[in-house]
Amino acid sequence: MSYTSDEIMAVTAARALADGMTCFVGIGLPSEAANLARATHAPNLVLIYESGTIGAKPDTLPLSIGDGILAETADAVVSVPEIFNYWLQPGRIDVGFLGAAQLDRFSNINTTLIGDNYAKPRVRLPGAGGAPEIAAACREVIVVLRQSHRTFVETVDFITSVGYGDGPGARERLGLTGPGPKRVITDLGVLQPDPRTCELVLTEIYPGGSVKNVKDSTGWDLLVSDDLAEIAAPSDAELAALRALQGAA
Amino acid sequence: MAEIVTLAEAISASVGDGDTVAMEGFTHLIPHAAGHEVIRQRRRDLTLVRMTPDIIYDQLIGAGCARKLVFSWAGNPGVGSLHRFRDAVERSWPVPLEIEEHSHAGMANRYVAGASGLPFAILRGYRGTSLATQTTGVADITCPFTGETLTAVSALRPDVAVIHAQRADRHGNIQFWGITGCQKEVVLAAARSVVTVEEIVDELRPRPGAVVLPAWAVSYVAAVPGGAHPSYAQDYSARDNEFYRDWDAISRDRDAFTAWLEANVFGATS
Repeated sequence: MSYTSDEIMAVTAARALADGMTCFVGIGLPSEAANLARATHAPNLVLIYESGTIGAKPDTLPLSIGDGILAETADAVVSVPEIFNYWLQPGRIDVGFLGAAQLDRFSNINTTLIGDNYAKPRVRLPGAGGAPEIAAACREVIVVLRQSHRTFVETVDFITSVGYGDGPGARERLGLTGPGPKRVITDLGVLQPDPRTCELVLTEIYPGGSVKNVKDSTGWDLLVSDDLAEIAAPSDAELAALRALQGAA
Repeated sequence: MAEIVTLAEAISASVGDGDTVAMEGFTHLIPHAAGHEVIRQRRRDLTLVRMTPDIIYDQLIGAGCARKLVFSWAGNPGVGSLHRFRDAVERSWPVPLEIEEHSHAGMANRYVAGASGLPFAILRGYRGTSLATQTTGVADITCPFTGETLTAVSALRPDVAVIHAQRADRHGNIQFWGITGCQKEVVLAAARSVVTVEEIVDELRPRPGAVVLPAWAVSYVAAVPGGAHPSYAQDYSARDNEFYRDWDAISRDRDAFTAWLEANVFGATS
């Protein structure tokens, strides 16, 4: 079955979630990937939305993080102060799944604005939502976004959510309790932070993709792993499940 | 003690020009009808407070009611931008909009502090972000027991809280369920409150997971069936996702927005 670059990105993101994990899900690409994981290899994935719905089991993709289907199918529905204070903050959640408008080499995330003047931004984006504390507290953070010069930038215009700050030791200095982003999944491949330098390294690429294209789509001189792996193409079953989810949305 | 009145009476009695108004409801139970009534009564210079401004504040901002917005995520969920919000921030239309921006965890805790009668709340958050440098009401604080550095956020104490609930009884006791967001906190943090409800019943029967606010903790109650639309009230209505998608085109253009407002807000009565 042929597929688009967005589809292999969603499938790759879904594969990063193991069955039985607890996952704090943002809306958009993260929600699509998390629901695809539940529909395929991870039926016991626990989806947690910031609306306070814990263990939501939607059979169609919700448009918002608070659609009725989430509350109706949840194991528990708690208040918004409770979801952040009791569930996210102490580090109970395995995976935080985030999107981004801009990302830098240390996986710092901008979802606030484009431009260099906070008071008069060129483009005003929605802002932080739950992301700063998800990025700070989850046991693992996965970021999913499309890769281009616009999104992969030398310096983000605003640090909405901290990845590795200015490099090694920054998270510890800031007192961030979770270990930080472990994987960035794009429509061109997968990047992971170097354990020593915290800088993103291209570790996996899609079938038919070229390293040159990935480097050309990055706003800094992107490092490439010596052990660059090729990601398996989406199976027919994965594509069918993804399209069923999208079709029902 | 809650007074049961019409929506127009409730807004007129509680929302004045220059007030700080928090309309809450996290995707679910958003008090849209009350927002429209504030627009109809042409309130001005409001400081609007809300975690997710959403379509309801896009409308109030585009109608020129707001001087300042206090928020944590200003988008049309799953659709894209709030165009009236962006037009105000990027191009000062129809009037300049000052912003005070937080994270969801920060805003939720600010309401908790307000409800608790405390000047601030403590959380692990903001550290290392640009938010901490741009936003007032965020400061480092040292734990007196462990010496750890944490974050303090100032309490929110709105003049008026506005929420929508499923039910009230004839005394004005309020009951709501499903995704309950931070509505209990915002009502208890505010000096006055307006609660619109789907229906007023003789007796509130207990429901699993429901929040009950006693009548003596609420100022005004008004029956407004469907008052959350295009948001929803669980067990009464479904979220009108089509309207959220349609709002993108309506709100993108100043004239289209103004025409929509004339036809659907000024042209309607509460």
